[in-house]
Amino acid sequence: MAPLLHMHGISKHFAGIPALREAEFIVEKGEVHALIGQNGAGKSTLIKLLTGYYRRDAGEIVFDGRQVTFTSPQEAQGAGISTIYQEINLVPYRSVTENICLGREKRRFGLLDWPAMHQEAKALLARFRITIDVRRPLMAFPTAVQQMIAIARAIGFDAKLVIMDEPTSSLDEREVEVLFSVIRQLKGAGVSVIFVSHKLDELYAVCDRVTIMRDGRTVQTAPMSSISRLDLVTTMLGRELTQALQERPSPQPESETAPPALAVSHLVIGQKVRDVSFSVRPGEIVGLAGLLGAGRTETVRAVFGADRSDGGQVTFAGKQNAIGSPADAIRAGMGFCSEDRKLEGIIPDMSVRENLTLALLPQLARHGIVDEERSRAIVDRFIQRLGIRCSGPEQRIRELSGGNQQKVLLARWLCMNPKLLILDEPTRGIDVGAKAEILHLIRELAGQGLGVLMISSELEEVVEAASRIFVLRDGRTVAELEGDSLTEQSVMTAMAHGSGNERETAHG
Amino acid sequence: MAETAVTLPSPDKRPWLEVGTFLTRYGSWLALALLILVNLAITPNFATWQTLNVNLTQVCTIVIVGVGMTLVIATGGIDLSVGALMAIAGALAPLIFLGKLFPLPHPLVGIALAFVIPLIATALLGLFNGWLITHLRIQPIIATLVLFIAGRGIAQVFTNGNLQVFNLPEFQFIGLGRLFGIPFQAILMVIIVVTVAWVLRRTVFGREVLAIGGNERAARLAGIPVASVKQRVYLISGVLSGLAGLIVIARNSAADANLVGLGMELDAIAAVAVGGTLLTGGRASVIGTLVGALIIQLVRYTLLANGVPDAAALVAKAAIIVLAVWLQRQNYR
Repeated sequence: MAPLLHMHGISKHFAGIPALREAEFIVEKGEVHALIGQNGAGKSTLIKLLTGYYRRDAGEIVFDGRQVTFTSPQEAQGAGISTIYQEINLVPYRSVTENICLGREKRRFGLLDWPAMHQEAKALLARFRITIDVRRPLMAFPTAVQQMIAIARAIGFDAKLVIMDEPTSSLDEREVEVLFSVIRQLKGAGVSVIFVSHKLDELYAVCDRVTIMRDGRTVQTAPMSSISRLDLVTTMLGRELTQALQERPSPQPESETAPPALAVSHLVIGQKVRDVSFSVRPGEIVGLAGLLGAGRTETVRAVFGADRSDGGQVTFAGKQNAIGSPADAIRAGMGFCSEDRKLEGIIPDMSVRENLTLALLPQLARHGIVDEERSRAIVDRFIQRLGIRCSGPEQRIRELSGGNQQKVLLARWLCMNPKLLILDEPTRGIDVGAKAEILHLIRELAGQGLGVLMISSELEEVVEAASRIFVLRDGRTVAELEGDSLTEQSVMTAMAHGSGNERETAHG
Repeated sequence: MAETAVTLPSPDKRPWLEVGTFLTRYGSWLALALLILVNLAITPNFATWQTLNVNLTQVCTIVIVGVGMTLVIATGGIDLSVGALMAIAGALAPLIFLGKLFPLPHPLVGIALAFVIPLIATALLGLFNGWLITHLRIQPIIATLVLFIAGRGIAQVFTNGNLQVFNLPEFQFIGLGRLFGIPFQAILMVIIVVTVAWVLRRTVFGREVLAIGGNERAARLAGIPVASVKQRVYLISGVLSGLAGLIVIARNSAADANLVGLGMELDAIAAVAVGGTLLTGGRASVIGTLVGALIIQLVRYTLLANGVPDAAALVAKAAIIVLAVWLQRQNYR
């Protein structure tokens, strides 16, 4: 029997950069198919090409036996492809029927045909084995039922393929169970489901097959039961088992014995971080590794005082739990580059000079007045040292490229001569050349005695740069890897399973 | 594959774009100059001290309040309580120098305290605004609505709703006095404008204000004490409102809690907007606020002096605001 969906040789470029390269994707009738890959691997692009949100550059799509090119999500929906979004927007005060028939009301003689609409709502819900009084307001029902109603509305009668893009990210465990039972019922009714998620447990719980994407390619499709978690992670991140050991600069002898600049032990932050411990010595680059949602960003934000922690010790510069705000952290000698440069890094309307000296302001001032001459001298020096490409210190930072913005933000901290620099995804959204420059710079700074704590989703990057890596999984430190035991393979093993040779972290 | 040399079409410099940029940058100055020229041509007796003084005194309190409002708006906030704070300061001062609150050892002490106490009171109320916004995390427009509503009531309770009439030249110097023939309040206004413009440009505080308005989360991560800066901004707005309240009652020789500062919040915001300060924060011009207030005042004066009724002048005022803000938007598309 021909598959329900066959996407063949799909390519797509954005501004000359390939997002998809000859991707192949086959979904059989009545199967639940997982689609996984790192951020930027091309999952969303593939789905948006299918639903007519984007237009493909090359390749063909065969859906339900005929070749298709949808030009809008509405058209795809009409052909039987429904997409379920994370947010569920319904009108709580109106009846179930009204919610289900919203936008496709039945009319007779110009008036609403209520009996027909109630009938339709009832019949639709019956498909999902929900029998409720459809005349009652939506809010009268538990959240889980409301969720089902929303899904039923989205799927309707005619869906042959349902796409769920990270549907569980905002649901609690009970609601996830409800969703899974819906998925099983859909499958029973012969409907296919594409399930996008980062949570491995969920994939194994509900999916039949999996397609793994990497760098815009579909690298593997396999039955879920035949692929181990480790293979899944390894394929997703793109390293082979036979990967040779990386040559890595060995940590400097002095830093081996030096007391840690930062020591974190048994850190707890809400539900996201349950027990995280690690340390950073002066002159050392330490990586925090883990899958999305492992608690890396939450951890470093709490260390910097940007968010509150609920327990554990953070010792920095010899003082314990002394950091309650970013201002405290900065005074103690810490710098922090957030993962979201636009949202939390740059002040877009300010100049390169004003952005660069923002954290240094208190030190640049005499009696509250900014010493512009000193400020200019410092800015000139860093523009030159980091090779920041701008028309001059007075150019507005929003006009710079991502890589140069990032350099300005690095300079914001470097000009304070910090003891520790925390970098959350320092190379995200930056072109390859600037990436290499920034990584080189980080290494050079560590050579001069700066402690660096680094998070990166690009495993290759962390493993290459860091002399030690702590692996986080579900909010816990599950492994500390250094020296010969630090390979991409060992990091991935720890990310997937926790670690076979799990060690307690000795520091703190 | 043969390499083809592609000549990128040079971005054609459309002249009207240049004009647009010029207009958004210097539009308010241009409008002011134009208004003055028009008046010189059509309004009788325009180029006299008399006219200058009338316009300056009309615009003074708006500018003084507008300067505080500029700082508030620069952080991305807004202060609706300024008019009510003017009423409070205006109600308190006469109570003090008339000796109704406490006995006075000497009339001059009363006058000194009549300046100091109302300003401290409005400073504290401004701080209260800041506290609502930073600690209770209430939206500025709602937080300052509290005193917008309650403030005038407080002022009326102080005075039992009575009109307080007085004649005290030493106190009223702030509203009626002259130095070298120039109204003292105008001198005060210029000093405030220049000082705050300098603060915004050259001090750490000024830079922090703009950084918060430009990107509050980034400012916080750069170690800027966001809560404290915001509180200071609302405090300054409170003090300047109090000062404007004192000027108004001094000018009128009477304090009416119902009328002092009525509608001032909107006049001040209008002056700030026309002056080119971004209402979303991050960019501010105190001098611009001065120019903005002058434009609004001059349009009104022009119409009145040429026999157009005040009601129609209000429509003109609204039209200017729309035009000015629309012109500024052109830069941010």
